[in-house]
Amino acid sequence: MRPAAIWRAAGLVLLVAAAAVIPLAKNVTVTHVGVFVLLYVGAAVAWNIFSGFTGYISLGAAVFFGVGVYTVALLSKHLNLAGGVVFALYPLAGLVAAVVAVPFGLIALRVRRHTFVVVTIAVFFIFQLMAYNFSWTGGSTGIFPPFLNWDPNTFDMPFYYTALVIAVGAAVLAWAIWGSRFGLQLRAIRDDEDRARGLGVKAMRVKLAAFVISGFIIGMLGGLYFYFQSEALPEYAFNPFFDLTIALMAFLGGFGTLSGPIFGALLLEPYLGYAQFQISNAYVSEVVLGAVFLVVIILLPRGILPTAGERLTAWRAARARRSAAPAAAPAGPAGAPVAGAAKAGTAGTGTPGSGRA
Amino acid sequence: MGTFLRAVADGVLEGGVYGLMAVGLTLIFGVLDIINIAQGIMVILGAYLSYVLWTHLHIDQFVGLLITVPAMFILGVAIQFLFIRPLRGRERTSMSLLACYAVAIIIEGVLYQRFGSNYVSYTTYWNSPRATLDIGGYYLPYIYLAGFALAVLLVVAIYWTLYRTQFGRSIRATMQDHTAARLVGIDVNRVAALTFGIGVAVTAVGGMVFGTLNAFNPNTGYDLISRLLAIVILGGLGSIGGALGASVLVITLASLVDVYWNPEWSTVVFYGAMVLVLVFRPQGLFGRKEARAQ
Amino acid sequence: MTALLRTDGISKAFGGVQALDDCSIEVEPGSIAGLIGPNGSGKTTLFNMITGYGKADRGDIYLKDTKITNLAPDKVFALGIGRTFQLTRVFSRLTVMENMIVAAHHKERAGQQGSGWLRNPFARAGGPATRRRAMELLEFTGIAKLAADRAETLSYGQRKLLELSYVLIAEPEIILLDEPAGGVNPTLIGTISDRIRELNRQGTTFLIVEHNMEFVMGLCDQVTVLDNGNPVVSGPPDVIRHDHRVLDAYLGTGEEDDDAA
Repeated sequence: MRPAAIWRAAGLVLLVAAAAVIPLAKNVTVTHVGVFVLLYVGAAVAWNIFSGFTGYISLGAAVFFGVGVYTVALLSKHLNLAGGVVFALYPLAGLVAAVVAVPFGLIALRVRRHTFVVVTIAVFFIFQLMAYNFSWTGGSTGIFPPFLNWDPNTFDMPFYYTALVIAVGAAVLAWAIWGSRFGLQLRAIRDDEDRARGLGVKAMRVKLAAFVISGFIIGMLGGLYFYFQSEALPEYAFNPFFDLTIALMAFLGGFGTLSGPIFGALLLEPYLGYAQFQISNAYVSEVVLGAVFLVVIILLPRGILPTAGERLTAWRAARARRSAAPAAAPAGPAGAPVAGAAKAGTAGTGTPGSGRA
Repeated sequence: MGTFLRAVADGVLEGGVYGLMAVGLTLIFGVLDIINIAQGIMVILGAYLSYVLWTHLHIDQFVGLLITVPAMFILGVAIQFLFIRPLRGRERTSMSLLACYAVAIIIEGVLYQRFGSNYVSYTTYWNSPRATLDIGGYYLPYIYLAGFALAVLLVVAIYWTLYRTQFGRSIRATMQDHTAARLVGIDVNRVAALTFGIGVAVTAVGGMVFGTLNAFNPNTGYDLISRLLAIVILGGLGSIGGALGASVLVITLASLVDVYWNPEWSTVVFYGAMVLVLVFRPQGLFGRKEARAQ
Repeated sequence: MTALLRTDGISKAFGGVQALDDCSIEVEPGSIAGLIGPNGSGKTTLFNMITGYGKADRGDIYLKDTKITNLAPDKVFALGIGRTFQLTRVFSRLTVMENMIVAAHHKERAGQQGSGWLRNPFARAGGPATRRRAMELLEFTGIAKLAADRAETLSYGQRKLLELSYVLIAEPEIILLDEPAGGVNPTLIGTISDRIRELNRQGTTFLIVEHNMEFVMGLCDQVTVLDNGNPVVSGPPDVIRHDHRVLDAYLGTGEEDDDAA
């Protein structure tokens, strides 16, 4: 392996290890925010597997999240589940979301990219509407889980570790896809779909596969959310800010790259969580989210990591020119190595990415 | 028969007003290639503006348009200039859409801050029982007629501008090919800014009519944008006439469902129609069959 | 000798414009055929019809004895017809090597056991055999040292070579080149025509659309002239060079022209 790759791998292992020990500090607030951070890391990575790799911006990821939430909610209501078994439900939530992704994708992926975004938004509204209006989803009152009789001091810990496992799993999956034939085809589709098709790439199948994978992961995270937050409400399960938030994270870190969404989520979620807490007025935090987004995409259009990577390359090249030695190798496609330890969790609780009142 | 005609008439009139908002959306998409997600909340902004002008300054709704339309126009130009134009790079159009989304939630947040989440409704001449035309037992609110007439007038004006003026020619040229337009000396940025302004300005009219006849709060923006999106998908993105046609069609349909079946389900009509169109005719009812995905 | 590629009475109209009008051409196996004509004569449209990037209104296209009219581009590609574009189409964010691998994907699939897409989807992109072959081709076209560079960093001429390379990796029987010399510096043009000649010696047939007369006349065995969507004359370069119909096509009928080509 090249030295840069070794450094990167080492950095990531360190990151995961640091993340794993955080809950052991027994700080309830930190762990609680940590769950949200990991949730968004997983969601941003999953979103990126589809949208980042194919270039089809989807604003309907909240559909999968909400489906996951309600799947577990309904199962818990009818089977009255409490205790450790609830964690077994998450893959099921993911599966249901994946099943929803199939017709969703088959309809949405037949149109051009511009229309695709609009269709995903429209489908999101359909699902939100259904959640509000069907009686079996509890309507606007929602569904609540049976009381989990766990020690409140360590309540969040199992959720934290589950979220960590899902997030790490998603990242590993993204990495595996990136280097594979499947991933190459996705990226070719992003650059020139017609040409890719002309060369024999089965575009629809490939896009749909990525869409379903993305939906599966996000669905699982939704399932986790139900017991973690102890609620399934239409405006939080199908949250219009969810997609904007994870798109922002992906763009911030570097759209379409591997480490971009991870970095973006690690950077942004603690802040969003903190801002939510400090500015207890939910409407102002809405404005903050929008403003941050605009600032980011205008000033850092390529995202932090690619821009940093470019700066690094330019700096190295300038240094090489000065010393008249051959230029150093350029940064790889996955962006500059993630230096330093985890940034997970700061003071402050609250529910980032809240729904509307 | 009377019920049927009434439902249809309601649908057509309301469809005209929605059509105006949808045409604004289509115009922006045609020239700038972006979906202005903020269109819904801007209608609400227009509604709040008309509301404030009436309740605080007693300015009549239609007279107030002389203020709100230019104001919204300037807002549109400013948004394009500040947040859309600086965007660069390959993901430009996607980022523009996200920028519009960000603008939408900023406006929503500001409206919540200023007005709170209570539903707003107000009485004015236009929504009073006096202001209706009585045609054989069927009461046609003047405002619907006036709103519809204004909508038709504006669409005609837009068409006239597009096809009979120099500026309109520039818009159409830009819609077809940015580079070619630049090559013949068209200031594409200026066209883009002005078009965005026009697209937003029409929401002032739609907002005024909507706000006079419906109770609303900032949240209503979501309902509106979801309908508008369904309408433009139905009509076919990029077709101005299609936006108007689809608007009238689907709202009339919804109106019929409302009357004959169940008001709860009339929203479903929007989405059901949209899904049907996507399955059987992805380019929309009036759209051209374009080369797929770039 | 039956033609390798044959179009039979192809007609195509775009709105009011008749781009192709009863167009019938033939390409002999093992030859380098040229297709010339003024702008708007239908050359690229014909390419599009043959390679599936558009549906013909009337007429048929044959590859040897198989009818391939209106087949989708990927099927045409699979049958052994490669094609380059006037405005080069490469996958800009992928590296040169990755571009090659995408094009080779089809050949890879055909060579593997198993069917359908249940084969391991996470297999690394591009097996060793594919990469070796890709490097061979990149060396042949002279851009091997750029293998790890992203396609968007390549110059225009280098992109043309990349397009040629990745079309070659699928080992097509016939390659349609759309203006291979267009906008390319003279040295590179020489390289390109050498490569074409070399490939032709090894058995690949070519159909080339070009405006560069020197290039076409120096390279092609047979040249067809299109005018207003219809072939007006076809023959070896020497014959075509002196045929007044060619001048008429380019300059318009009725024009007296003294100097020969």
